[in-house]
Amino acid sequence: MSITLNDYLILSTIIFMIGMFGVFRRTNLLMLFFSTEIMLNAVNIGMAAISKFHEDLTGQIFAFFIIAVAASEVAIGLGLLVLWYKKHNNIDLTTLTSMKG
Amino acid sequence: MFEVVAFYLFSFLTIAMFSITVMTKNALYALSSLAAGMIFISAFFFLLGAEFLGAVQIVVYTGAVMALYAFGMMFFDSMKEIKENHQNPRLTFVLSGMIALIVVFIFTAPIIGANITAEYPLGMAAELYGTIDGNTQDIGIVLFTKYLVPFEVAAVMLLVAMIGGIILSGKKMDISQTELSDDSIDSKSIVKDEK
Repeated sequence: MSITLNDYLILSTIIFMIGMFGVFRRTNLLMLFFSTEIMLNAVNIGMAAISKFHEDLTGQIFAFFIIAVAASEVAIGLGLLVLWYKKHNNIDLTTLTSMKG
Repeated sequence: MFEVVAFYLFSFLTIAMFSITVMTKNALYALSSLAAGMIFISAFFFLLGAEFLGAVQIVVYTGAVMALYAFGMMFFDSMKEIKENHQNPRLTFVLSGMIALIVVFIFTAPIIGANITAEYPLGMAAELYGTIDGNTQDIGIVLFTKYLVPFEVAAVMLLVAMIGGIILSGKKMDISQTELSDDSIDSKSIVKDEK
């Protein structure tokens, strides 16, 4: 019994689904950011696993770029979040609706 | 055998930690369980032989991103319980379940992945230079030859993100709120209270 590519892909899917459930469920914007981090990490696991089992380094390189994108996303997103909190004093997603149809 | 035990142990821990992050009402619990989950994920990278990626995961995620979140949370009322009104909990479950099913179908579908040939095989450094330094040297060779331009673009992107973050969150930072009296803070309306 050994761990195959499918096991890693299933794990990656489970973690991705946890993140996606968080994105659906949460309305606090900070928690929404956490959920997107979980999803990005799930994809990274899949990339590294495919890189190992197909013996190609490209997957790992892509994982690096995903990490770089995640880091800059956090910097910008948190800056916008702080700005929003200073203005409206909460970070709930429901307060972002400015177009009441 | 060791690998199997480690895989199942760390997958259980990671899933538990991320479930806490998604479910909890306390922002601090969510933050710390997310940091723990990130470290457990780096264990998978070490298991997969991607040592450099594992080290980067620890340094960048738990070192930089989590520290950024922790400092960012000082602006928010983080000890307060998060109040969220969930309008359609059943719809959330149904949507997540359906997307999970679709992803399962994608993974079980017959794919063309069986006849992929490796363009950049593992162990390139050993072939080229006769050294056995392993993963880090391999990554270096590929990153600084084929992926040099994306690497530079990523560096510029990080710089832009840094400047953007400073400008966005640094507004009115020249006024020290701790040295002002309560009335003058209210009159300057740094935090506008809508209630």
